Amino acid sequence: MAYEKVNELNLKDTELCLGLPGRTEEIKQEQEVSCVRSNNKRQFEETLDDEESTPPTKTQIVGWPPVRSYRKNNSVSYVKVSMDGAPYLRKIDLKTYKNYPELLKALENMFKFTVGEYSEREGYKGSGFVPTYEDKDGDWMLVGDVPWDMFSSSCKRLRIMKGSDAPALDSSSL
Amino acid sequence: MTRDRSEMSEDDDDQQSQSQSPPLDLRSAAIAEPCSSSSSSFSVVDSTPNKSRNCISSGTLTSQPFPDHVLENVLENVLQFLDSRCDRNAASLVCKSWWRVEASTRSEVFIGNCYALSPSRLTQRFKRVSSLVLKGKPRFADFNLMPPDWGANFAPWVSTMAKAYPWLEKVDLKRMFVTDDDLALLAESFPGFKELILVCCEGFGTSGIAIVANKCRKLKVLDLIESEVTDDEVDWISCFPEDVTCLESLAFDCVEAPINFKALEGLVARSPCLKKLRLNRFVSLVELHRLLLGAPQLTSLGTGSFSHDEEPQSEQEPDYAAAFRACKSVVCLSGFRELMPEYLPAIYPVCANLTSLNFSYANISPDMFKPIIHNCHKLQVFWALDSICDEGLQAVAETCKELRELRIFPFDPREDSEGPVSEVGLQAISEGCRKLESILYFCQRMTNAAVIAMSENCPELTVFRLCIMGRHRPDHVTGKPMDEGFGAIVKNCKKLTRLAVSGLLTDQAFRYMGEYGKLVRTLSVAFAGDSDMALRHVLEGCPRLQKLEIRDSPFGDAALRSGMHRYYNMRFVWMSACSLTRGCCKDIARAMPNLVVEVIGSDDDDDNRDYVETLYMYRSLDGPRKDAPKFVAIL
Repeated sequence: MAYEKVNELNLKDTELCLGLPGRTEEIKQEQEVSCVRSNNKRQFEETLDDEESTPPTKTQIVGWPPVRSYRKNNSVSYVKVSMDGAPYLRKIDLKTYKNYPELLKALENMFKFTVGEYSEREGYKGSGFVPTYEDKDGDWMLVGDVPWDMFSSSCKRLRIMKGSDAPALDSSSL
Repeated sequence: MTRDRSEMSEDDDDQQSQSQSPPLDLRSAAIAEPCSSSSSSFSVVDSTPNKSRNCISSGTLTSQPFPDHVLENVLENVLQFLDSRCDRNAASLVCKSWWRVEASTRSEVFIGNCYALSPSRLTQRFKRVSSLVLKGKPRFADFNLMPPDWGANFAPWVSTMAKAYPWLEKVDLKRMFVTDDDLALLAESFPGFKELILVCCEGFGTSGIAIVANKCRKLKVLDLIESEVTDDEVDWISCFPEDVTCLESLAFDCVEAPINFKALEGLVARSPCLKKLRLNRFVSLVELHRLLLGAPQLTSLGTGSFSHDEEPQSEQEPDYAAAFRACKSVVCLSGFRELMPEYLPAIYPVCANLTSLNFSYANISPDMFKPIIHNCHKLQVFWALDSICDEGLQAVAETCKELRELRIFPFDPREDSEGPVSEVGLQAISEGCRKLESILYFCQRMTNAAVIAMSENCPELTVFRLCIMGRHRPDHVTGKPMDEGFGAIVKNCKKLTRLAVSGLLTDQAFRYMGEYGKLVRTLSVAFAGDSDMALRHVLEGCPRLQKLEIRDSPFGDAALRSGMHRYYNMRFVWMSACSLTRGCCKDIARAMPNLVVEVIGSDDDDDNRDYVETLYMYRSLDGPRKDAPKFVAIL
């Protein structure tokens, strides 16, 4: 497997590092994908064929797995997104995003703002808007401080705060 | 609390006829054609059911001390207490007199295959039917393995019954093609009509439903479950009569059309007997809140959309938990389409009472799920997506000690998807939920050890359906085939009646099935086995086998022939993408005249005419059907 889970924590993910959230995610995901590909190959084909440069496209078999089409694509899960000063709440499906950059870009498009530079030490700087979220325990956290998977499974709602309201939150409150 | 099958019925096997042959089988039918009867105890054969009731005319019976009509009256009074169709089938075989009386007193008829007999045969034999359960297409049609328009039309049934059973009260259809005209005829022909249940049906729309709502004044049950209902832009909810209704159950979660909420609210308000309500996703959470406050007597609730639309920020949100708190009687909860997890805690007030919970349309993470399930101590039926992960299943195992039925569906139903549940979850469930009777489990990784553990820990299992989504996948720890796991299931689960297998399986697995699967009635096989021997083991071994569905497995003509002694005692056999030839299927059709052998091709393949893409064969009392489309060849 691409990574090991120890006590359900992805150790690599909790490594501290500089740089935008999601950069490391992107790199990790590339590694994941290639490992997953080769795992699939070993499972389904007798011989290892490492010369293939393009990923093998698995043709989807008709009717397999046996799940009624009624069930497919039917399960959606939304979180509310609010922005201070905006009149309307929006909702998004977190599953449609794979990492923080994608999410932030979508939020920026939705509410027509820019989010600024993220750093672990100082949070978001430069724009006056701070994306925050409420987690399963009811705590308000800064978007980007925890690994993406952890975030997407515990985020209950999002709130984009105006800079002046944000000082209570910084990465050290994790 | 017994599990209500109409609540969440997806391939629910009929639990009733465990061991007896199904109704209207060839032996009991033979009595209707006395010349070929081999089980009757008398030799004079000229009296037909409609002739004189004097059974003394059948010469070999000793003369009765009482007049015949008294005997039949007595019988009638006794037989009316027989509900189980197995008992009734047995009673009908005792002698002609019993056959007649049973036929005149049977009010509920179950037909497992609509093509096993014609509608007129039904109405000729049974004169006082008030309830009909009718099943049409084979289950594999659900997975696009059959072209559309194959058949299973309700039309001939409703038109025949319209004349024969004007007192008809209940119709329960599964995988049938039902048109709006059929529904209109039903609504017009049966003034006392009470229950309409349509499961996995299609062909009709909201206009047909509107007619039923409007004309069936005694309607108690209108359950549309996993059916395809076209949106004819008819406000069908408003078509219910304006007086107080008899409605007890209304399920329309599969109707993909907006609902007039005001009309629905009014309908619920004037339906004092309403116990079960399943909303579609066009009913918002705010609207649900209002409904719940007005219907605290509900026992079964399917929520609509469990999220909020984009709304003004300043709106005061209703107290959803209060609404749920008011529903003290809710024991069955489903729905949760378009879920916003932040609202899940609203259901906390009802969790402790729940016996049935369906989260299978809700993409819930373990973190959101665990606090909920830890309250559900009484849960007996639980359906969910694998997004709850092994961790969520562990939570289920810790809390739900009364669990009888578990279904875990894949959020991402592809062969190479990630697979958040595995043998870990299965092992946990087997250790925590010892009363488990039925399981359907989709996963990407499994081990023999976990399956063996389940076979040992859960002796009450009657249904074991494991779908390892990657084809031919072995035990991911040992690399061995999954033979031993499934073998343990058939060996240790002595009550097993339904089995679905997957993963890498050799002929050995099938040897186990044949040897130990003594009560198995339904078997589903996909991408499994090495040779004909596998199928032969099953056909020669499992004495109770009724329904056999196989796809993409290397079984050929020899194997098919080896089962010829069985096919009259089975409901159907489905084999697709196996190694069958047309010639062999023709031989079987010739040798077994009461078997309908359908070869279903994809629309046009002239080459490989000898290769059989799909074989679907079933016994029939009335010969091949006349409505077969052109892609079906009946041999």
